[in-house]
Amino acid sequence: MNAILEVRDLSKSFGGIKAVNGVSFDVAPGELKALIGPNGAGKSTCFNMLMGQLEPTSGTVRLQGEKITGLPPRKIWRRGVGRTFQITGTYQSMTVAENVQMALISHHRRLFSVLPYAHTLYRDEALALLDVVGMAEQADRACAILAYGDLKRLELAIALSHNPKLLLMDEPTAGMAPKERINLMQLTADIVRDRGISVLFTEHDMDVVFAHAHHIMVLNRGELIAEGTAAEVRENARVQEVYLGGGTLYAAETEDA
Amino acid sequence: MGLFVAQLLTGLANAAALFLVASGLSLIFGVTRIVNFAHGSLYMLGAYVGLTLMNHLPGHFGFWGSIVMAGLIVGLIGVVIEVCVLRPVYRAPELFQLVATFGVILVIQDLALMIWGAEDQLGPRAPGLRSVVRILGEPVPQYDLALIAITPFILFGLWWFIAKTRTGILVRAATQDREMVGALGVNQSWLFTGVFFLGSALAGLGGAIQLPKGGADLLMDLNIISAVFVVVVVGGMGSIPGAFIAAVLISVLNVFGVAYVPQSTLVLMYVVMAVVLMVKPYGLLGREEKAGEHGQVGEVERPIRPAGLVGRSLVVVLLAVLALVPFFASTFMQVLITDIVIFCLFAASLQFILSSGGLVSFGHAVFFGGGAYVSALLVTYSETPMEVAFLLAPLGAGLLALGIGWFCIRLSGVYFAMLTLAFSQLVWSLVFQWGSVTGGDDGLVNIWPSDWLSGTTAYYYFTLALGVGGILVLRHIIHSPFGYTLRATRDSARQAEATGIDVKKVQWLAFALAGAMAGLAGGLFVFSKGSIFPNELEIAKSFDALIVVFLGGVKTLSGGVVGAVFMESVKDWLTRLEYWRLILGLLIIAVVIIAPEGIVGSLRKFGERIGLVKEQESMQ
Repeated sequence: MNAILEVRDLSKSFGGIKAVNGVSFDVAPGELKALIGPNGAGKSTCFNMLMGQLEPTSGTVRLQGEKITGLPPRKIWRRGVGRTFQITGTYQSMTVAENVQMALISHHRRLFSVLPYAHTLYRDEALALLDVVGMAEQADRACAILAYGDLKRLELAIALSHNPKLLLMDEPTAGMAPKERINLMQLTADIVRDRGISVLFTEHDMDVVFAHAHHIMVLNRGELIAEGTAAEVRENARVQEVYLGGGTLYAAETEDA
Repeated sequence: MGLFVAQLLTGLANAAALFLVASGLSLIFGVTRIVNFAHGSLYMLGAYVGLTLMNHLPGHFGFWGSIVMAGLIVGLIGVVIEVCVLRPVYRAPELFQLVATFGVILVIQDLALMIWGAEDQLGPRAPGLRSVVRILGEPVPQYDLALIAITPFILFGLWWFIAKTRTGILVRAATQDREMVGALGVNQSWLFTGVFFLGSALAGLGGAIQLPKGGADLLMDLNIISAVFVVVVVGGMGSIPGAFIAAVLISVLNVFGVAYVPQSTLVLMYVVMAVVLMVKPYGLLGREEKAGEHGQVGEVERPIRPAGLVGRSLVVVLLAVLALVPFFASTFMQVLITDIVIFCLFAASLQFILSSGGLVSFGHAVFFGGGAYVSALLVTYSETPMEVAFLLAPLGAGLLALGIGWFCIRLSGVYFAMLTLAFSQLVWSLVFQWGSVTGGDDGLVNIWPSDWLSGTTAYYYFTLALGVGGILVLRHIIHSPFGYTLRATRDSARQAEATGIDVKKVQWLAFALAGAMAGLAGGLFVFSKGSIFPNELEIAKSFDALIVVFLGGVKTLSGGVVGAVFMESVKDWLTRLEYWRLILGLLIIAVVIIAPEGIVGSLRKFGERIGLVKEQESMQ
């Protein structure tokens, strides 16, 4: 099967420091892949290059065989890549539904239209998406007053609005309570399975990673040091060495903390 | 050769005062992130205070002592301004701070008028430096040479203070990261006050030191401030060496400009600035500012909805009343309402880009005046029929906005504001100095509408239709997908860019639309007055619009219109008072500090409290 995303020899240097060094990997269709690593390993740099926020020093990124390196974020989005941020970026002065409608307006290329009222456009589609993430009852609340967990779910709905082939999620559960984390990740896993979307995500919470990722990649000092299933990565001696300082890696606990 | 050297020396001498004022402004901006529009006023105060002291203190010691004391006194005045006016608004968006310092300008203008009177005053000549020196046969005043000698010492002193002293290190640290400095236990308020003292003292020093060359008058505040902005922007905001280089560059250029191209001295200065900014958007020695997610300070703007049945009915009733005005009101009343409607459209166009777009334009009058001049020039030179000339006003202004916007949109925040101001000054200086085409200060006259619109009542209806129509179109666009897209780029540029929105393009088009609407207002204006003068393009005109949007309420949709109606209605009454600037200035400062929601925002809050307006869910 052809990969959705092919990353080859991706590197980024800041001055003399190689933040990301020769990283190559594939994301297969329908795959839920995690990119983990200690602080400063280069995860966010990697992500920002994939999404066009940063220009790579060298290397290529291909989406379904087409090169997307060097394209601005908005063009990568148009080719079917959705993104959620570590720190949520929503439109504070709009309602929950309008936030999703905004992405739909962009998807349907109506951004420069001046005749219709925006709040009536694609409202049903937006409500359907909000229903998928369990936010339909809050559709008409102001985005500025949402709880953090709800903002994260809203962001997921926005990311789904243009039927992406691939979702890039940067720390999707950061800043959430343990129970909420598991719920949000379960929700994400269900949605992408139903819709056949591939997901690449970074994550700090190992419970989340080991419970949901099909494949795990470990990044350390800008280099990929291991790739495989949860069990393989857990057993990898090098991962244990650099990532955990030689300690033991406990089996993932999925019950509520 | 001799003339050349003499001119070069004059330019260097002129740079002294400019550098002092600019370095003060730059220092204050670097640390507090406040662009102190009142810096020219502090310069003016320095001149007046220095003059008063010199008249009482004789001799060498009296002269130089007066200059130093003027600096110290103005520094203390700066401290009073900082503590009373700026401390309460440090956390507010930049617009609030800028408007507050503009209030200070008005207050100081009237206070200076009260104390020193309206007449221009000549400065005394420096004791012992009254004659000229012949250099290569050309006379050069001794005082000029003294200034040239003194300026490098001041630059060196400032450099030593910033690079070598402990306080200087704190100042530099605060320039880079204010919060971190605060977290390390430095008392930020006193650091800010100290920097404000120093910056103000430099401006006062600048005012006093130029006394033998320029004297003191009530116009020097606004006269120097645009040159100072050019210097600060060209040199790089927050950079003192940059301010020095730019001050020398601009002053020397000015002197040569006066000698060789006397018709375009002002234009030359702004052209230099435009060229520098095209190559280096953050100035010669400025560092790039990462425009982060600013977010919104204070209460977040609420979700918007088109007006409901009640709102629409009210608008219809209001329009009906306005339509009936000619049947019962005097001609004077019709002219007054025509003026108000035109100003409302101008304010609404600014509010569109400022509130919905989050882009604080400081030179919006350039599109108002630009539109008016397009019509006026067409009528004057090609006898274009009024209808066509009128149509070309919004088109011309829109094109001008596309051009200016192309440069300005690349920057954001304060930098955007400064650049729009600078470009509007460029156009103003062109109009002002290109007298053979634009009439210069005498303006263009005899720009009357066609016969069918020549009556007061006919033009009243014409203005009502197009003015109110323009406002309603803008309002509708805010509720359309384009308006929402614009608000999206303001709320989170990162999210907008990551969901397919070309942020800069959206902002650029919105800027052009706002410019075209201001041009429409300008077109209505020129045919209602029959004439146009360069003051319709001035900074003051841009500020008029900013102030009414601010008074009406920035985070509302109708603030601009309400503020404009309020202002135009009271202006007639207010300007009859002798010290109206003082009252207006104090009013502006009071609004900034006490009621930053403005008229509409405050009324809405009041309505919610007494239960007239449905309350929205508040922040948790």
